[in-house]
Amino acid sequence: MLVDNQQIVAALWETILMVGISLLFSFVIGLILGILLVVTRKGHLWENKVVFTVLNAFINIFRSIPFIILMVAVIPFTRLVVGTSIGTAAAIVPMILYAGPYIARLIENSLLEVDPGVMEAAQAMGATPWQIIIRFLIPEALSSLLLGITIATIGLVGASAMAGAVGGGGLGDLAITYGYQRFDTTVMLITVGILVVMVQGLQSTGNFISKKIRRR
Amino acid sequence: MITFDQVTKIYNGKEQQVKALDQVNLQIEKGEIYGVIGFSGAGKSSLIRCVNLLERPTSGKVIVDGQDILNLSAKELREAKRSIGMIFQHFNLLNSKTVYTNVAMPLLLANIPKNEVKKRVDDLLAFVGLADKANSYPDQLSGGQKQRVGIARALATKPKVLLCDEATSALDPETTKSILQLLKKVNEEYNLTILIITHEMGVIREICDKVAVLDSGKVVEAGSVFDVFSQPRTEIAKNFVRSVMHDEIPESVYQLVKAQDERHQIYRIVFVGSSAGAPLLSQIAKQYAVEVNVLFGSITELQGIPFGNLIVKFDGDEKEINRVIMHIHQQDVTIKEVLADVS
Ligand SMILES: Nc1ncnc2c1ncn2[C@@H]1O[C@H](COP(=O)(O)OP(=O)(O)OP(=O)(O)O)[C@@H](O)[C@H]1O
Ligand SMILES: [Mg+2]
Repeated sequence: MLVDNQQIVAALWETILMVGISLLFSFVIGLILGILLVVTRKGHLWENKVVFTVLNAFINIFRSIPFIILMVAVIPFTRLVVGTSIGTAAAIVPMILYAGPYIARLIENSLLEVDPGVMEAAQAMGATPWQIIIRFLIPEALSSLLLGITIATIGLVGASAMAGAVGGGGLGDLAITYGYQRFDTTVMLITVGILVVMVQGLQSTGNFISKKIRRR
Repeated sequence: MITFDQVTKIYNGKEQQVKALDQVNLQIEKGEIYGVIGFSGAGKSSLIRCVNLLERPTSGKVIVDGQDILNLSAKELREAKRSIGMIFQHFNLLNSKTVYTNVAMPLLLANIPKNEVKKRVDDLLAFVGLADKANSYPDQLSGGQKQRVGIARALATKPKVLLCDEATSALDPETTKSILQLLKKVNEEYNLTILIITHEMGVIREICDKVAVLDSGKVVEAGSVFDVFSQPRTEIAKNFVRSVMHDEIPESVYQLVKAQDERHQIYRIVFVGSSAGAPLLSQIAKQYAVEVNVLFGSITELQGIPFGNLIVKFDGDEKEINRVIMHIHQQDVTIKEVLADVS
């Protein structure tokens, strides 16, 4: 094997860092956009055709660009934000741009599942639009929302590996540099193994928590 | 307490407009239980939703507790909604929250201090008989229990008006009865004005003081439950009354009706109050040379007063029968109606 344990642990840590940080930012962006997508649609709290249409198109555009292309396409922007276009920090920028709109869609879906009757009850109680979002919409969607976040997180793990291919660091980088370019099958197997365990772990945790808070 | 003044509601659909309410006028007094009945699509939900502006009337006025609610600002409207409770056919509880939090929700929205909330919610849960379910989730409750939670929630902010849109339509007859009894208790203990929307005449008979019949967005008949049940004027009201009064003539009796002649005549007698029907008949049997046969009879209680319906056959001389009819007509106090030729 061409790498030692320390290198693997370091790569794993980089992957976790990339996924964690980009998840945090893309979740915030996705939550805001997802809520906006729901409440600006026809007949909803803040019905606004312009905002809805623009947002919808914007998200669709981002969603239709494959990650590997997005990564290259936004290099000037990445450089502007983090000062460089290679390395872990540089990988995080396209990852956020990739996952943000994705999470927005997932959150939109979860929020749309909420029983309109509950929204009606909220309105009949005299709740403000904010109260409806915070106290009714999000809690009622929480369980399905968590499943969406789980899916997005797994998507980010995949994206982080791809980012590795262009020098982003992490497990993907290790697999490409040693496993692929230098024919070290052991490194390849180990990284794949770690990724599989990671994804399994994330999905099981997500399912478990979602089930715990689901009341239906 | 609630006044509908020329309320019209038009929905603008894709292809056509739907006039769900057509110049509705209704007056609901304080402390009344007012029922609105109609077939599916008559506009009942539209009507009740205009009271708390879940639906905005296209034209007309809605006055609730002296306030023209169409002229309120968003903030004033939210304020006003605290005195208008509402319960729903499908309960519309928060599935992710406990019974306690569901009932507390209107108070939390109004930023009431936690300890006051606790006291109020405990009282309410005791009132609706669910004190032991505070920490349960809605999915652990039966339909009847869910509606009790819905009622407790609607009462949390001490409203003056309670709106019920098909509140018992998803429940079995037994549970329906208990929920209606609870609403009656709410009405009596808090002197709450209740507006009930239903397509079941049984609900109206059970607890309403007044009733309006809605048909294609128009109020076609309105009055005290007693008057509408005893003397429905429109065909649709008659149908609704028939659905609970069981005064349909059985087939066997109908055969006799067809066979009647001058010497055997069949009449329908509708009477009110317990002392009304039977004594009259025995009196007739004694005074006149006419044989009285009760072919069919039913008694329904309406707001505590027995309400009877008898199909009787008079056998005897035609002149004598006519005298009997005259006699019955003079009993204007108890005999509401005598219909010859029931067919
Ligand atoms: N949001 C809406 N958009 C368009 N049309 C509507 C809307 N809501 C109701 N309608 C129409 O208005 C009419 C009255 O509907 P409404 O729901 O008030 O009737 P209802 O008496 O409550 O009926 P049900 O007993 O089935 O609940 C119907 O023809 C219905 O299709
Ligand atoms: Mg309805």
